[in-house]
Order: sequence, then structure tokens, then C-alpha cells
Amino acid sequence: MKQKISALLFGTALTLAASGALAQDKNIKIGVLTDNSGLYSDLGGAGSTLAAQMAIEDSGLAAKGWKIDLVSADHQNKPDIATTIARQWIDVEKVDIFMDVLNSGVALAVNNLVKEKNAIMINTGAASSDLTNAQCSPNTIHWVYDTYMLANSTGQALVKAGGDTWYFLTADYAFGHALERDTAAVVTKSGGKIIGTVRHPLNSSDFSSFLLQAQASKAKIVGMANAGGDTTNTIKQASEFGIVAGGQKLAGLLLFITDVHSLGLKVAQGLSFTETFYWDLNDDTRAFSKRFSERMKNKAMPSMVQAGVYSGLIHYFKTVDAMGGNPHDGIKVVEKMKAAPTDDPLFGKGTIRADGRKLHPAYLFEVKKPAESKGPWDYYKLIGTTPGDQAFRPLSESACPLVKK
Amino acid sequence: MQALYAQLLVGLINGSFYALLSLGLAVIFGMLNIINFAHGALYMMGAFCAYFLLNLAGIGYWPALIIAPIVVGIFGMILERTMLQWLSGLDHLYGLLLTFGIALIVQGVFQNYFGSSGLPYAIPDELKGGMNLGFMFLPIYRGWVVVFSLIVCLATWYLIEKTRLGANLRAATENPTLVRAFGINVPRMITLTYGLGVGLAALAGVLSAPINQVRPLMGADLIIVVFAVVVIGGMGSIMGSIITGFSLGVIEGLTKYFYPEASNTVVFVLMVLVLLVKPTGLTGRAA
Amino acid sequence: MSALTDDTLPASPRAVRDEMIVFVLMAALLAIVPLTGIYPFFVMQALCFALLACAFNLLIGYGGLLSFGHAMFLGTAGYFTAHALKVWGLSPELGILVGTLGAAGLGVITGVVAIRRQGIYFSMITLALSQLLYFIYLQTPFTHGEDGIQGIPQGYLFGIFNLAKPTVLYYVILVGFLGGFLLIYRTINSPFGEVLKAIRENEPRAISLGYKTDHYKLLAFILSGTIAGFAGSLKVFVAQNASLTDVHWTMSGEIVLMTLVGGLGTVFGPVVGAFVIIAMQQYLAGFGQWVTVIQGVIFVACVLTFRRGVIGEIAHFFRRSL
Repeated sequence: MKQKISALLFGTALTLAASGALAQDKNIKIGVLTDNSGLYSDLGGAGSTLAAQMAIEDSGLAAKGWKIDLVSADHQNKPDIATTIARQWIDVEKVDIFMDVLNSGVALAVNNLVKEKNAIMINTGAASSDLTNAQCSPNTIHWVYDTYMLANSTGQALVKAGGDTWYFLTADYAFGHALERDTAAVVTKSGGKIIGTVRHPLNSSDFSSFLLQAQASKAKIVGMANAGGDTTNTIKQASEFGIVAGGQKLAGLLLFITDVHSLGLKVAQGLSFTETFYWDLNDDTRAFSKRFSERMKNKAMPSMVQAGVYSGLIHYFKTVDAMGGNPHDGIKVVEKMKAAPTDDPLFGKGTIRADGRKLHPAYLFEVKKPAESKGPWDYYKLIGTTPGDQAFRPLSESACPLVKK
Repeated sequence: MQALYAQLLVGLINGSFYALLSLGLAVIFGMLNIINFAHGALYMMGAFCAYFLLNLAGIGYWPALIIAPIVVGIFGMILERTMLQWLSGLDHLYGLLLTFGIALIVQGVFQNYFGSSGLPYAIPDELKGGMNLGFMFLPIYRGWVVVFSLIVCLATWYLIEKTRLGANLRAATENPTLVRAFGINVPRMITLTYGLGVGLAALAGVLSAPINQVRPLMGADLIIVVFAVVVIGGMGSIMGSIITGFSLGVIEGLTKYFYPEASNTVVFVLMVLVLLVKPTGLTGRAA
Repeated sequence: MSALTDDTLPASPRAVRDEMIVFVLMAALLAIVPLTGIYPFFVMQALCFALLACAFNLLIGYGGLLSFGHAMFLGTAGYFTAHALKVWGLSPELGILVGTLGAAGLGVITGVVAIRRQGIYFSMITLALSQLLYFIYLQTPFTHGEDGIQGIPQGYLFGIFNLAKPTVLYYVILVGFLGGFLLIYRTINSPFGEVLKAIRENEPRAISLGYKTDHYKLLAFILSGTIAGFAGSLKVFVAQNASLTDVHWTMSGEIVLMTLVGGLGTVFGPVVGAFVIIAMQQYLAGFGQWVTVIQGVIFVACVLTFRRGVIGEIAHFFRRSL
């Protein structure tokens, strides 16, 4: 209902603006398309909508005469539901920019639509590095992380730290295979060795067989090329089988702070993995996260996906404000966004590449022991930083047509 | 060869869950002629119940093993009294649809309040650590799960096949009118049976809480595998479902070793094969 | 034991006349949708699901077989069509043909296994088979796993109709839907349909009358799967992607729900049910978290108090068959 009314208001606003001849159109409509109910709802969900709300408030654009609307919806992790909502948002509600859009399948589907309709997507949630590679689009910016970066940062740093023999536990589908392939390449390049791999089915509840094989391999690092519930169950059962206690190290290739929170430090301690944001990095991130957490229903700290929504919108607002008005032209705005360097309290200084890849440092964290943690959400020790220009896939390896022109 | 033994043992552990769940399904089917689609959701409730007992009331694992099945069992009996009983006399498929709806509601509500990534539940101190069996490192907790569920399965079998109560139960399935004539309260018996089946699911949930994350969807996919187990074993006999449950766990364990890619499909493939050879299932009577 | 539907009367001339009137009304209403300003993509999607639910209804309403795995036909046809269009570069009509034939083939294979058991067992078997297929599609490279097949070209149907235009696409989908619907309607009222109903009512008696009931059930299963697949192929042009969602058991559950809401074994029920459920998904997307709970509540409410479904209740009220 609310959506309808605001759409109506928006419609009148639009006609008024149009009647005012060349008057600058200062209306923006933001759509947060995320998973509100499923597997990734803790990672994005209501927190992403809150982050967008906070970005609108902090931007100060309202004082400058801008009118910013926010809509959000649950795509239920179904690409077809997502495209239907997205299409309707663009056609009927006139949404300018899509935020979050986690889940790679959903992201790739929306990516196509956004390109076709010349809207904008700042993707902060999906992992697939295809978004800025073969499937790159002049309308899409991939903000927070991708599989290539995760594999690259975690693989490189751990080999450097002496973890030179690897055994992979890989989820048996395209995503797991890609993650394993990318990581294995980095490990080998950095002088490490892959001892073996076992592929497990998606959504296994029992990992004991696979863990036994990993244990028997005596590899120093057990790399988990899986995600979500598979990763958390692997970690939990690895602690049961005494993998970490036996001297092997677990490396998560796609893991978030929400996973660590749900596992508890007792089980997750010693785990290493890469993120590009942590609430306790510096004064700016702490200040934002404190405000954020106070407004969350469950008092959760922001995940990097949610932080990315805030950061991405801040840059978008700066860009359109500098343009003096909203041209409702996705390609044009994204070009301007790529031209200007980014700077925001959460991700610091960065740039956006021609292929739509946002560059910023990647941090390798190790999960603290329960004794080291000072309280809830105090989970990470920073053990390494990869600069933005080295963390992501180099343009020379890119298959993105936007790069070659 | 050593690795093979290890996988066999690991398979038995999964088999325990299959056996407990399919046993519960068989007990309910025998009495109510309903396939309880909500079984997976109730299994999940058992695990959550253990989590709440620990975190809200400070009640540990051991009491939870008894309390959780009773609490969830009572919840099941309320479901039976308020909803399922109105379906008697209707096509059995309505029972399937109703319990499917119940499963959606229960899982959805839990998802709303507890997210999807799950909550941690630690292994009780008494069962921490492991034994080195020479060919594998066996976490003590896993050994306990196998032994305990075997005992529970056999006790259930004894209760139904060898006691007077069980005899009444079986008689009521065959001919409710006659049994009622003997002065036995058949509806109450049905309710109690449903509670028993549900309690078994909840017990499996408590057992699995320390192994898996306690997640709202932990039972959703499992129940489909258990359905296949039930189709393979047939629901005619209690012992049949116990044996099928354990053996399929072992077969799955072996697949994980020899051809891990097929380990989540092997049960379904076996189901197809069994249906082609012996449509009534291995131990089942004709439906 | 009462059957799932209470429609046991053979189609009387009056019933056929009533149904034809409603059919013409429905077709006319749907035909003017693009002129009304109603968002066409919503209706297109609902039409695809409506045809899917009708195909499902053919099995449950007239054959007494509750398939809990009908998503496998939807998803299989979707993947086949998407692959044919995107990778092989086939024209839309050939793409639809590939998808529909794929679903038909799947219907033959799964049908042979599934019809070996009746009642609840049949439901469990179809559910398990679709889960098996889900895992296969998850692992096969051509489906691109969780990413799905994306950005499928819509192309020109028969080289003339530009499917990238929403209005053109709408009428193509509508024609496809009406064609599928009429085929099902024709089947129900054919001698074949009568035998199916006889099997549903009393299988032993049908056998004793000399009918090879297994053949009839298998044929019905294949036909239902094929039409469901046709709906899945059409849906590819609307959604422009094919993904694992369409093969997952939750989708099978939704198909059951649509038919149940509209009325099991009614001619128009599945159509109404599909529109209700799709509309609900659209408008409840803002509520997010509660969609599954609401679906569950509808399931329970339908089974406990509203077993005839929307159309069934209306028909019962007017004592007509619809």
C-alpha cells in the first residue's frame, strides 16, 4: 500500500518536474532487493534496508531539496521472483538504483534486466566474480567482494604464513568448483601444493566422511570451498573430529561475521578468512556500527554486505548531487561514479574500475579465542591486508567487453 | 581399508537418524494412516527445544533428552486433537497436505525469530573428545548417538510388538470399531501414538543438535530422504524401518567414500531400483 | 473414505455448456488485459503457473494421483528450452518443442517408476524423484548450478512475432495457455478421461472391467508432465532465466497449493488458484518473512474448512460443475 501511495506521489512529482521545463529533477528512488527470509537474511535482509535508510539520512540531500524514496522487497532467493519485482520496480515504480541483490543467481538475472532498462545496480551481496567479468555491464557496480578476491587474498596470505599444503572440501556445484579453481591457482602460484580434493553435495548435514579424508591427508590447510550452512556445519564438525586441535588449519573461502556469530567463538576460533569490512577496524567504522546496531532488532553489528549498501549509496548520492539532478539514465550516472574516486567512512578511499569492480583493501582475519574476546561481536584479529589494486582480478585477465574497447 | 571401516562407522551414525525418523513415520502411519510431512519440522523443534532449555532455563543435554521429546510430543498431540483428527474418514492425501502446511508454518515462524544461519549447541562435557580406534578418530559423542538410538529403536519395537499396549494399538489399526467395543478409547490412543511418533522425531533433533547447527530448515531436506527410506523399507513393519534406516546410512557412507558426487542421490536411486524390482518395498505389505 | 473431489457426475450437456460460457468469458477477460493498464508481466507469469496447475490437476483431480514433484517438469522444460535458445541458438518455436519433449521424456521415465505405488506412496515417490533430479541439475554443468541460465534471448516466434515486445509476448503466452487448457479440458471429457475417473473411484473394479489401469495412469502422468513442461517452456520467455528454484520441492508445494486453493478436480480452479497465489507472492514480497507462514496457513485452512477450493465452493453453491 505504502509503495502504491509513494508511487502515486512520485508520479505527480514527476509531472510537476516535467512541466517545470528544464528544472532539475531531484527525485531518487532506491530499491533494496534482498533475502528477507531465507539463508542469507542475516547477512543482508532488514540490515541492508537499515543501512540504506542511514545513508539517506547521513547524505544530507534532503536539506538540499532532494526527495529520496526507499522501497525494499524479499526476492526469496528466486531469480524469477527477483526479476518480476525488479521489472515492476523499474516499469511502474520508477526505481533508479538497486542495492544489495545478494545471491549470485538473482544478481546475474537482475544484472541483465538493469542493463536492458538502463537502471543502476550496486551489488553488495553476490559473490560471483562474473558480474565484472564475462557478464559485466555498464550499469552495474560490484561493490564489496567477489569469489576471485576471496580466493586470492586468503590463498596468498595463508601460503605466505607457511600453509603450503592444501586439501579442499568443495561444494559440488558451479560455485564451489569456481572457488576451488581460483584458490588452487593462487596457492600453486604462491608456491603451495594441492594434496587433494573431496567434493561434497550441497546442503549436506553430515561432513564426517569428508573431514576424515581431509584429516587423513595431513594437509596443513583444509580449504572450505563452500558457503552458508555447509560451511558452518563443516566448521562445527571439524572441531568435533579434532581437526584444528590436531594441528590442521581451517580456511573459509566464503564466510561472514554472521556465520562466526552463529557458530560461537568456541567452535570458530582459529579460523582464517577474508572480508573487506569489519565493524572494529577504526573509529569511523566503530561509530557507524554502534549507531547501526542500536537500530537493529537483534542488535547485530553490520555485515560487510550491509556496510557496502551504505558505502555504495554515499558515493551514488555524491555523484548525482554533483550532477545537479537525477538524469534517470543509468549508464550516464555509473560513468560519473567510475570517474570519481570513492571515499566513505566504512571502506575508506577507493576507486571503481571500468569493468564495474570497486577496489578497496581486503583484510585477512583470524577468529579470536574465547579468552581474547572482550564481548559480543568482538571476534576478529587482523592478520594481513592486501591493497585494493592487488586483491581483485587484474584487468589484464578480464573477459569484460567494457575493458577491451 | 582402514578408511573404509571409518566410513562404515560414520554411515551408521547417519543411519541412526534415518532409523529414528522413519520409525516415527512408520508408527504414525500405522495408526493414523497419515504420512507426517511435518516430521522434519518437529525434528527441528526438538533441537530448538534443547537449545532453549539450555539457554533460557540452564537445563543441560541430559534432561533435555527427556524433556524435549515430551514437550514436542505434547505439541504434536495438540496438533492431532485440533487439526488432524478432523481428517479421519477423508482421503489420506489430505493428511499429507495438512502436515505439509503445518511444516511450512512451523519452519517459517522459527525462521522469522531465529534467522537461518542457526544457533550453536555444544556437546555435553561428558561426551567430549574422542577415541583413537586405530583406524579412525571416533568422537565419543557420535558413538553415543549410534548406541542410544539403537536402544530407543529396539525399545519402541518392543513396546509395539511385544506389550499389551502395543497389541491394543495394532488391533485398533486393524479394526477400530471392534477395539472400541472392548472399552478402549481409540481416539485417545491415536493421539498418544501421534505424540509418540513426534517424540521420536524430537529426540532425533536433540541428538543432532550438538552435531549440526540448530537451524530452522535442518529438517526440511532431511525429511525427503527419510521419505525415500520409508518407500524403500515399506511401512509395514517397525523392525523393517529400523533396519532399512541403519543400512541406508551405511550405504550412503560407503558412497561418500567411493563416489562422493553421488552421495546425496544414492538413496533416491536405490528407491527407484527397489520400486522397479519390488514395488511394495523391501518389507512392506501391499498398500 | 471420500475421494478428493466430489465431482463424480459425467459431464452433462448443461455442464459442458456452462463450462464453455465460463471459458469464453475467461478468454475474453484475459485478452483485454493489455488494454487495461494492468501490469502484463504479472499476468503472463500467472498464466504459466495456471497452465502448470491445470496439468497437475489433471492427475490429482481426475486420476486421484497427488504428485509432489511436478516442479521437475517445469524446471526440466525450462532448462532445455533455455539451453536450446541460448546455446544452440534455436528459434523460439523449436526451443519450446525441445523443452516440451524433454518434459515428455522425463514423464515416461519417472512415470514408469512412480505409478507402481498408489496414494501417499505415489506422492512420496514423486517428491523423491524430483529431489533426485534437483541434485542432478545442481551438479550438471549445462544448468550453471546456482547461477542458472541467464539472459535468454526471446527472439522472433515463427520468424514474425517479436517476443521482446511485452504485448506480443503476452498474446503468445495467452494463446499457449488457452491451447493447453483446451487440450486438458478435451482430455477430461474424452473416453480416456472417463476411464481415469473410473480408476480414481474404484481401481479394482476398473481392472475387473478389463482396463489396464497402469497404462491409463502412465499415459495421464506423461500427458500431465508434458503440459507442465510446455508451461515451463513458455515461462522461460517471460522470466528470461531458468534456475534451480523451478526444480526445488518448494515449487512443487506451491503447485499443489495453487490447485488446492482453486479447487481440486475443478476445471477452472487451478487457474484461479494460480492467480491468487502469484498475486499473493507479489504483494507480500514487502512483508518478506511471512510469505511461507501465510502459505502454510492457507494450506491448513483449505484442508480443514475449505476443501473444495474457491471454484469448488462456488460450483457447489450453484450446484453446477465448473
